[in-house]
Amino acid sequence: MSTLRVSFSAKPWLWSFIAAVLIWLATIAFTGGQGAGGLLSSALGFSAFFVIVGLGQLFVITTGPGNIDLSIPANIALCGALGMKLMAGDAGLIAPALLAVLVAGVAIGCFNYGLIRLLRIPPIIATLSASFILQSLAIAYGRSVRIQPPPLFYEFCTGRLLGVPYLALAVSLLTAAMAVVLARTRYGRWVLAIGQNARAAELAGGRVGRIRFATYVLSAVFAALCGVLLAGFSGGASLAMGEEYLLASIAVVVIGGTSVAGGFSNVPGLWGAALFLYLLVSMLNTFGASAGIRLICTGVIIIAVIIAVSARQQGGRR
Amino acid sequence: MNASNPLPLAATQRPAPRERARLLRSALPGVSLAVLLVAIFIMQPRAMSYLGLNLMLNLAVPIALATMAQMLIITVNDLDLSLGSFISFVACVAATVLGPHPWLGSLALLGCIAVYAALGALVHGRNLPAIVVTLGMSFIWMGAAILLLPSPGGAAPAWLQGLVRIKTPLLPLAIFVCMGIALLMHAFLARSTLGVILRGAGGNPQAIGRRGWSLLRIKAGLYGLAGTFGVLSGLFLVGLTTSADANIALRYTLLSIAGVILGGGEFVGGRVSAVGAVLGALTLVLAGSLLSFLHISPDWQIGAQGAILILVLALRAGVNRLEARP
Repeated sequence: MSTLRVSFSAKPWLWSFIAAVLIWLATIAFTGGQGAGGLLSSALGFSAFFVIVGLGQLFVITTGPGNIDLSIPANIALCGALGMKLMAGDAGLIAPALLAVLVAGVAIGCFNYGLIRLLRIPPIIATLSASFILQSLAIAYGRSVRIQPPPLFYEFCTGRLLGVPYLALAVSLLTAAMAVVLARTRYGRWVLAIGQNARAAELAGGRVGRIRFATYVLSAVFAALCGVLLAGFSGGASLAMGEEYLLASIAVVVIGGTSVAGGFSNVPGLWGAALFLYLLVSMLNTFGASAGIRLICTGVIIIAVIIAVSARQQGGRR
Repeated sequence: MNASNPLPLAATQRPAPRERARLLRSALPGVSLAVLLVAIFIMQPRAMSYLGLNLMLNLAVPIALATMAQMLIITVNDLDLSLGSFISFVACVAATVLGPHPWLGSLALLGCIAVYAALGALVHGRNLPAIVVTLGMSFIWMGAAILLLPSPGGAAPAWLQGLVRIKTPLLPLAIFVCMGIALLMHAFLARSTLGVILRGAGGNPQAIGRRGWSLLRIKAGLYGLAGTFGVLSGLFLVGLTTSADANIALRYTLLSIAGVILGGGEFVGGRVSAVGAVLGALTLVLAGSLLSFLHISPDWQIGAQGAILILVLALRAGVNRLEARP
């Protein structure tokens, strides 16, 4: 029992996975085992999108209190529209369009950090102002008729291998890579160090400015990627596409066990949290709960998780 | 726009550069609103009438009230991400319950304020990040609003509709209400003892705590007051629109944060300004009107609000740099 407890406290992200599995079991118990595989498969597919933006948001939040990227929803809407328009339904244009979307992501990240740096304003305000402008760009640019993604791209975004969506596979690899980046590379360690104590990190020779710059660019690039993939997945870009990702990107980071105060992160927890949130909503759906009840449950769980996490941290400190 | 300020100052006794910078900074929200108004009046002189002002500032009061609520939360260095969905919920309560069952409706609204106060206590008592707690609350308010009003509709009570449409002499009601809120809250926060303590709780909570004030009560009180302004904002909004829907005020979350910042508020140290916040809210409201007079498509309305925000922050950064120079 005690070894079990040790392994749990060493891997706090296990909790979100356990919760996700429990909810999945509850759902299939209710349906009598029907659609268990299908549910898991679609959960993996939808979670992939939460995880992509969650990865960027996680790195941003890790760099310390007050660091949050609020421009993600507008970024998703803009880059989804950009990708679909550039692809223009032509399979040959997929690669250049993806490249253009990534470049747009880098540009958005540079803009965000430029505001933070030049105006010396809190990141929340900088990314908020940027998101107003991006949103307008998305409205003006994406106004034209809904352009469908090229069939090849649509197949990649919706296709499955033995029930596992291609996207989930790709994003799992990305998650693993980012976990290594955070834990093993010099950049990742500086991110953690800055989150724990920016002043100490600076005195230790960390280039705080550059690291934060890279982090905001990373977040913007992931949001851009999510935008174009989401547009491919849903058969075209729409303006409201990114709306739920502002709250969701923060929610998966927090539920996944990352400290909101920065400096302590949990990359695998993103998957657990994303699966948990999706499965929770579909469980309530199966139970016949209305949209209102589903939202209320999501909110209650977010608050419960943050209370539980803070209780554990305060208990550990004593 | 900067030229108008240093002139009278230079004529008096040449204040120290730091003082001049402070004056400049506190004048910034007013100056930016004035510039915007002048631009609108030059472009469209007919806007300079009772009817024109009334049309432009129609929805200013709910936004100003929401900004005031956000400002109170920012006073203690927190941020309320649930404000927009809270105001939507209040609007839904007002459009459904308040008319047929006035007592039940009023009780529900008082309950909302109590929930806000309890949130303040929770955030302080367990040392939780307010952003995450209010993030969770935003789902809860939104869900409750959808339960109450699954599809757009309902009707605001007639007395409420009448109240927000009163025709005041000289200037539209919106201007009087905004001025009233700004002056009242300024008197409270900047001039009263309690106001100084509340701001002190954002600036140096330890000092306030050592002095024997209960930080728990201060935070609960501030959150409760913010909830009160949120309720007022929702009531005013639904009085103007007459019917509600669950998403009616979602954009108020970000607008209110932008308004506080435009008005000179900062995220640290309890530095907020009630007058500035109301001016900031009005600036954001009028930015939309300016665009329509410029014949720019409404697509760019949100973008223009962002651009104004960046412009004002850039000016403020300039002023701060002026201050830092010896």
